[in-house]
Amino acid sequence: MKILVCISNVPDTTTKITFTDNNTKFNSAGVQFIINPYDELALTKALELVEKHQGTVTVINVGLADTEPNIRKALAIGANDAIRINAQPTDAFFVASQIAEAVKSENYNLIFTGRESIDYNSGQVCGLLAEMLGLPSVNVINTLDIDNGVATMERDIDGGREVVKCNLPLVVSAQKELAEPRIPNMRGIMAARTKPLKVVEPASVANSTEVAVYELPQPKAGCKMIDAEKTEELISLLHNEAKVI
Amino acid sequence: MAILVFAENIDGIYKKSSFEAVSYAAAIASSTGDKVIAASLGTVEGRRLEELARYGADKIVNAADKKLDAFNPQAYASVLAQIAKQENATIVVLTNTYSGKSLAPRLAVKLNAGLVSGVITLPETSSGFKVKKTVFSGKAFADVEIKNQVKILALTANSYSPQELNKAAEMAEFSPSFSDADFASQSIEVKRVSGKIPLTEAELVVSGGRGMKGPENWAMLEELANVLGAATACSKPVSDMHWRPHSEHVGQTGITIKPNLYIACGISGAIQHLAGVSSSKVIVAINKDPEAPFFKAADYGIIGDVFDVVPKLVTAAKNLKSSQN
Repeated sequence: MKILVCISNVPDTTTKITFTDNNTKFNSAGVQFIINPYDELALTKALELVEKHQGTVTVINVGLADTEPNIRKALAIGANDAIRINAQPTDAFFVASQIAEAVKSENYNLIFTGRESIDYNSGQVCGLLAEMLGLPSVNVINTLDIDNGVATMERDIDGGREVVKCNLPLVVSAQKELAEPRIPNMRGIMAARTKPLKVVEPASVANSTEVAVYELPQPKAGCKMIDAEKTEELISLLHNEAKVI
Repeated sequence: MAILVFAENIDGIYKKSSFEAVSYAAAIASSTGDKVIAASLGTVEGRRLEELARYGADKIVNAADKKLDAFNPQAYASVLAQIAKQENATIVVLTNTYSGKSLAPRLAVKLNAGLVSGVITLPETSSGFKVKKTVFSGKAFADVEIKNQVKILALTANSYSPQELNKAAEMAEFSPSFSDADFASQSIEVKRVSGKIPLTEAELVVSGGRGMKGPENWAMLEELANVLGAATACSKPVSDMHWRPHSEHVGQTGITIKPNLYIACGISGAIQHLAGVSSSKVIVAINKDPEAPFFKAADYGIIGDVFDVVPKLVTAAKNLKSSQN
């Protein structure tokens, strides 16, 4: 089985978000970048699948050279090889178009993305890529079993879960319960240094959306404290003042 | 020109977020002068279809094909693309729910459209076409410009209140054409939690953290939620320790919610958690630690032991509800 895992490079979850250039650019100074957590779960699941069914796992990233430490980390976790499309990712459409162009003749049996990236939270790449490649897609999956070329998955739906079956090839997006992340061991880290990392130049594609300006949430006016002995006051404030209950 | 809005139903009943989307589309139309076309897929009774006119549809396109009774992202995207083309839609509105997220990208490719997911405001059209969306899981917002001629907006639940506009809508039947590829994925079983308000759409949320000390103590939060008509949620450590299901985890790596009221019980308020809830209209923090960061992000706070405070809140909430009846 030939598996592709799309990974993106995102600010660590503890990052305090700030902007520069009149709030038009994300301020990456001093920010630690990580593999998007959902993409890392997808990678672990892909490795579990090839351990069971044989095959290879390739990771792909759209990014400039500064994403290579995280690509090497994916190789250290266990991916066989990696592709970096040498471009600054501008929006989900751009990223999906680049990946589709790079892999359209590679015939992967299974392509993973994360449920969403934790920076732009769009969750679009799975569906965009599948449509561009003419493949089915199942998003937000918590389980995945493959038997005779048929994938059975449980995906999140609004207010519940759905069991879905689909023939490979297929594009899926990973939700939290799909796998537990793996920490790379020393052998993995050593091996990662010599694993193939192919850099390809981007196709000529325009992005379809662009951030005009960023904004930080307005700070709260202040917290009204209520005496723990008079909790009924809270209910009355929520009813009469905030008018939410 | 037209604005197409996808009104999703579950077993023939429209979701509340669908009415939000229809009213949102009607609000855009009132400034652009476009017609609002609501697309309904699968079998829905006539009186239910009329609800779409109540919330602002000028025309209802009813694709009442039995094959569409169960949600299928590929088939739905394909049918919506057919309707969008027939109606010359230049804006498509749908909800940023799990189902919306699964079909919107496919629809964007089919219509060569620019898609923004997680929209929270009406578009700004004075220069270009811009909408605001949450980014960094709620830690910030971005005004995003869409460059394509056709635009798709996936609206976050609870971002726009449904408005009763009581229009008289034209009703049109639609017979979609399908290809085998549309049904490549098959739904085997749907397990919906019944009798509970889905967290993603809930207007009121009662949430617990590590301060609750164990899963056995959730009964009081569930009771408070029941009295208020709220959904329950939790912090990341709580779902990591399997006290509560992952589907209840709100925060940067869980789900981001935007309820009218978020009551945080025994949650300290780490930056990753606040990211997922900071768009809530009103936040209440209950914590015995006066230094808990949540108090800086809250509108109302109680410094006290949740095991004392929550049962008293239940009593006070019950009194309020019984005085209302």
